[in-house]
Amino acid sequence: MAGAFSRILSARRSVGILSLVGAGSLTAGYLLARERRVGAAANVRRLYPASAEYPDLRKHNNCMASHLTPAVYARLCDKATPNGFTLDQAIQTGVDNPGHPFIKTVGMVAGDEESYEVFADLFDPVIKERHNGYDSRSMTHPTDLDASKIRSGVFDERYVLSSRVRTGRSIRGLSLPPACTRAERREVERVVVDALGGLRGELTGRYYSLTQMTEQEQQQLIDDHFLFDKPVSPLLTCAGMARDWPDARGIWHNNQKTFLIWINEEDHTRVISMEKGGNMKRVFERFCKGLKEVEKLIVEKGWEFMWNEHLGYVLTCPSNLGTGLRAGVHIKLPLMSKDPRFPKILDNLRLQKRGTGGVDTAAVGSTFDISNLDRLGQSEVQLVQTVIDGVNYLIECEKRLEKGQDIRVPPPISQFK
Amino acid sequence: RLKQKKKMNHVTLKMNYSAEQEFPDLSKHNNHMAKVLTPDMYAGLRDKQTPSGFTLDDVIQTGVDNPGHPFIMTVGCVAGDEETYDVFKDLLDPVIEDRHGGYKPTDKHKTDLNSDNLQGGDDLDPNYVLSSRVRTGRSIRGFCLPPHCSRGERRGIENLSIEALSSLDGDLKGKYYALRNMTDEEQQQLIDDHFLFDKPVSPLLLASGMARDWPDARGIWHNDNKTFLVWVNEEDHLRVISMQKGGNMREVFTRFCEGLTKIEGLFKEKGHEFMWNEHLGYVLTCPSNLGTGLRAGVHVKLPNLSKHESFGEVLKRLRLQKRGTGGVDTAAVGGVFDISNADRLGFSEVELVQMVVDGVQLLVDMEKRLEGGQSISDLMPEQK
Repeated sequence: MAGAFSRILSARRSVGILSLVGAGSLTAGYLLARERRVGAAANVRRLYPASAEYPDLRKHNNCMASHLTPAVYARLCDKATPNGFTLDQAIQTGVDNPGHPFIKTVGMVAGDEESYEVFADLFDPVIKERHNGYDSRSMTHPTDLDASKIRSGVFDERYVLSSRVRTGRSIRGLSLPPACTRAERREVERVVVDALGGLRGELTGRYYSLTQMTEQEQQQLIDDHFLFDKPVSPLLTCAGMARDWPDARGIWHNNQKTFLIWINEEDHTRVISMEKGGNMKRVFERFCKGLKEVEKLIVEKGWEFMWNEHLGYVLTCPSNLGTGLRAGVHIKLPLMSKDPRFPKILDNLRLQKRGTGGVDTAAVGSTFDISNLDRLGQSEVQLVQTVIDGVNYLIECEKRLEKGQDIRVPPPISQFK
Repeated sequence: RLKQKKKMNHVTLKMNYSAEQEFPDLSKHNNHMAKVLTPDMYAGLRDKQTPSGFTLDDVIQTGVDNPGHPFIMTVGCVAGDEETYDVFKDLLDPVIEDRHGGYKPTDKHKTDLNSDNLQGGDDLDPNYVLSSRVRTGRSIRGFCLPPHCSRGERRGIENLSIEALSSLDGDLKGKYYALRNMTDEEQQQLIDDHFLFDKPVSPLLLASGMARDWPDARGIWHNDNKTFLVWVNEEDHLRVISMQKGGNMREVFTRFCEGLTKIEGLFKEKGHEFMWNEHLGYVLTCPSNLGTGLRAGVHVKLPNLSKHESFGEVLKRLRLQKRGTGGVDTAAVGGVFDISNADRLGFSEVELVQMVVDGVQLLVDMEKRLEGGQSISDLMPEQK
């Protein structure tokens, strides 16, 4: 155990002991290149004051850069989670990816559940900005996976081509993708695959490990649009999520191909329920059933999901906290999409549009991916109901425009119910 | 439903993972690290770390993430600091031996930066030899290397380098261009001069963490004559390059030695030295660059010789390697090759440049013979 203990102690820049020695150094100016020898067994690393380590964020436009002041950096830079995850590791992706003038990325990730607590001084304002004012200190997040509460939810299939709900889940006690070791990642795989093997009925399915997949299996998964690739986005690779690829990564899906789980991609698990057509209610019912079943199966073996009453389900990226839920449809709206009020209507309905290729794509023809904007502060049932109500409204508008009638911009719905 | 924050039943599990559970899957890998790293070796080294906290997993990450190519053998491991080569010698010694032609842990490396010891080299035929270049790297002792350094350390290295380089005068007088502050005009000029280096895109480098915080504390210094160039904080603390058009390798090497010696002196005045020891020579980030870290090369026209069946064998015997003129991953265009020394460690700087000078002279002679329709079989060299 000595090796592991010293590993916690000596994780990069994380040692509280050494920060005590450095307390008087802040007065010495920018380039304080003092060599510190704190005893034979401890670090002999050249250490600098926080001001010399503070990243250059002048060209940056992401949530992390907006809230990481030199004072916050100085307060947090010598801290580490019990697993040894440091502030520098959390913010590396945001330092390396300044962002785009028009899109504001989050710019930081969690390495484990404790990150959100140890680095709360930075995570809290980032969460507040990203989740429309949600105050994780004082507010509580409602979790509700009771699909029987859903009203309506079967769409007109002349417009809605497919329906989908996704979320993520993390296994408590194991580090997250930016920080996990190979053994931890393999443990995530083992725990989840073991649990999925216990699913029955319409949820009975099979696991395809990325390392052992045959070529036919790979081709089938590509044809089904199930296969995920090694991440190429620098937002993810700079956070260390692609390490050791493709070790312990895989895809599980049920025989009907309506319930799919990604293992060790951006999160421990990503859970997806989907089908062609407009029966969002059934998609969500399967989603809830599957999630509850999996949770029951892991609890039987002594595991649980990362969850707390302030942040809801804990995931790698702060943008996915709370429900981690994105419920959406692929929908044809040829007339609505040309109406100049379309963006405002979506906004007031708390919906967002994407191209059908996903978050970084543009729409093709007039088929859109429409989904909920919010993740945290409202329950799964509330968010899915919001999508259902919103999509129904959009279809009504489209029908009215078809008949040459006018449409109304609905009043904005409130965010935190 | 699990609402309360329960005690962490399985947190302790992480500490209890066995070496076998952590050992990387190297079954599809073909790099020096994968050839050498056994489960037993992994078990013996995984609890170790250098004084700055660099671990075995840090050393090998790039080799785990980049299985390699069936025909090209990459190194697959990097150093995070000078001590890496000692703490992880059980892994790095066999990697070094494999990569550097049988160099043993007990061997000694000779450093010789006295350009007077070079014979000839000032008259390679400029009709064939288009340009001559010598490069190496240097690391500043006491600082962590690019895979591991903090922003503060990297900036410290930049500041020390700027100070030292600004003291150079005469033929070596020059200017520093920080990547972060460069104007568009400066950037374009550096691109036109072929001096500008980009943010690494090679997954070999990215996976080892060398591109973190880009472009913070990175920059390019060159003299006014554009014949002496220093890269700061790219793949190594410093990369030092001397070059000019034509075949006067002697002049290039003389400037190289003078510049390096002056820079080393300037660092010493400030209380800093380069990482060096008598076994590994100059210590750099990648084990492939140990020793001299030196690559001396020319761009040379060999349209006939390159088509000759013995070309590969000739190069091998001369201890030379060929590349395209775009660098290590390119192919030759129009019969023009980049020819340089294959070795880095176990030979001195003078010895390596001598091999290049003598070898290129022979290649040009062979090219002329073939142009004239004559045979080259009497010119075939012995294995060096």
